[in-house]
Amino acid sequence: MSTTSVPTAARHGIPPGARARRQTAHVPTSERDIARGVLITAALAYLFLSLGLPLFVVFHEAFKKGVGAYLTALRDPELLRALRLTLLVAGIAVPLNVTFGIAAAWAITKGKVRGRTLLIALADLPLAVSPVIAGLTFMLLFGMQGWFGPWLKAHDIQIAFTVSAVVLATIFVTLPFVARELIPLMEEQGVVEEEAAVTLGASGWQIFRRVTLPNIRWGLLYGVVLCNARAMGEFGAVSVVSGRIRGQTTTLPLHIEILYNEYDFTAAFAASSLLALLAVVTLAAKHLLERSHHVARARIIEEQHERES
Amino acid sequence: MSVALDRVSKRFGSFTALNEVSFDIEEGELVALVGPSGSGKSTLLRVIAGLERQDAGIVRIHGDDAAPLGPGDRRIGFVFQHYALFRHMTVFENVAFGLRVRPRRERPSGAEITRVVRDLLELVELGALGGRYPTELSGGQQQRVALARALAVQPRVLLLDEPFGALDARVRKQLRQWLRNLHDQVKVTTVLVTHDSEEACEVADRVAVMHEGRIAQIGTAKELAREPGTPFLGAFLESSPRKASGAPRPFGVAPGGTS
Repeated sequence: MSTTSVPTAARHGIPPGARARRQTAHVPTSERDIARGVLITAALAYLFLSLGLPLFVVFHEAFKKGVGAYLTALRDPELLRALRLTLLVAGIAVPLNVTFGIAAAWAITKGKVRGRTLLIALADLPLAVSPVIAGLTFMLLFGMQGWFGPWLKAHDIQIAFTVSAVVLATIFVTLPFVARELIPLMEEQGVVEEEAAVTLGASGWQIFRRVTLPNIRWGLLYGVVLCNARAMGEFGAVSVVSGRIRGQTTTLPLHIEILYNEYDFTAAFAASSLLALLAVVTLAAKHLLERSHHVARARIIEEQHERES
Repeated sequence: MSVALDRVSKRFGSFTALNEVSFDIEEGELVALVGPSGSGKSTLLRVIAGLERQDAGIVRIHGDDAAPLGPGDRRIGFVFQHYALFRHMTVFENVAFGLRVRPRRERPSGAEITRVVRDLLELVELGALGGRYPTELSGGQQQRVALARALAVQPRVLLLDEPFGALDARVRKQLRQWLRNLHDQVKVTTVLVTHDSEEACEVADRVAVMHEGRIAQIGTAKELAREPGTPFLGAFLESSPRKASGAPRPFGVAPGGTS
């Protein structure tokens, strides 16, 4: 019998800090309040300086020459092509890595695979390696002078400096996010619910759809958000493998850098504001999904209480 | 013969969990497997269920060799030690699960599922709680949901792994009696694993005492009390917690364990 016991506090939904807070209750109230105030202020200031201010600067610079200039900059066909490429790359890399991430996390935590430590380490590799190095590795493999270069050329396949290379590099860089999010979660949940489902006659797919997936959905959603953010924002690896062919292999981040280097600040920041907007949309979508879930849940509980009373 | 085991063995690495275990369980019988931890009782239950594969020997359920059948095809109901309820489903959906996952041709209609689940919830005295989630129930209530869920698929054999292990002493006593009454009502062949020999003797028709991967002795509670087969058995049956409060609880007491 595998025993995967959830800590009692966690199962009851008591926040981990609750007990610690009670233990510090003997500290005089005023002193504690001051300490709390200082900490909160410091945290807020830090957040504002490191997150709020840059975001503000982006939009401030983008609109510096007025809304008209901003809109003109956004209508630039090259920028639109970069936006389309960014969405395409994310649209390929994210679903692939979601599939891989779920499969890897499932194999590592629920299956009995050998070499799980090696698998975890491998899945972590893209986080440990600098993206530029990752890009260079791809060039060493697929470039003209690379290992597969002559073979690719003989078969008339071009990978380096194409959209394919951009997609491949992005897949590599964003590979760990979903798996990393799911492995600890699935490890904690154990296999008992899956075992229960199998004794009740559920097939493998039914177990995944009806038991495993609902249990990991919030972790999965968070992994998708992180993966997507990185896929749309990746610069280093993509910069190396794309060859920066303007309007062809430049994703939004690359396009922004090109504009910036050309002193076209309004266009650069207008494009940046698009990227920031994409991030905001992603986070808002996540938030809405979570809230609709909690609202639905709260309504069910409320109805129960009404029925019982 | 409901369940027949023929020289079933199972090893985990160098540890022998089951060593040529053979015994038969009659139709409608309630048998308790009792023994100290590591004696192989849980492994035996999981082998009968198909959750573990034996290395050698034959498990027959209703005369048929169960080897080609996975856990889902053996028509067994399994109640796990920590209930293993689906945490994201309501009590109703938990109980309905085994019916909903059936292939379309064999699946009962929605109305039929509702009727069956309602009846089962009435049977386990949880009729009003169908809309609750498992975390909103006490340990004893969760236990009964797990039982209703296992019964929903109309199992030929019901397998209970330490069903009262995570409950506090008072609830244990109540549920024990309740389970015995339920068994007299439903009459499904039942195998119950426990480390508490008093519990085993009180609930079961026959008690099988396990020791180091073997069945050391099997018989009715009276027979075992009259003539324990070995000194070990005598000691085990004697030392076993007469007072339930002193019962060893290897996994601690479940939160909110009152029903």
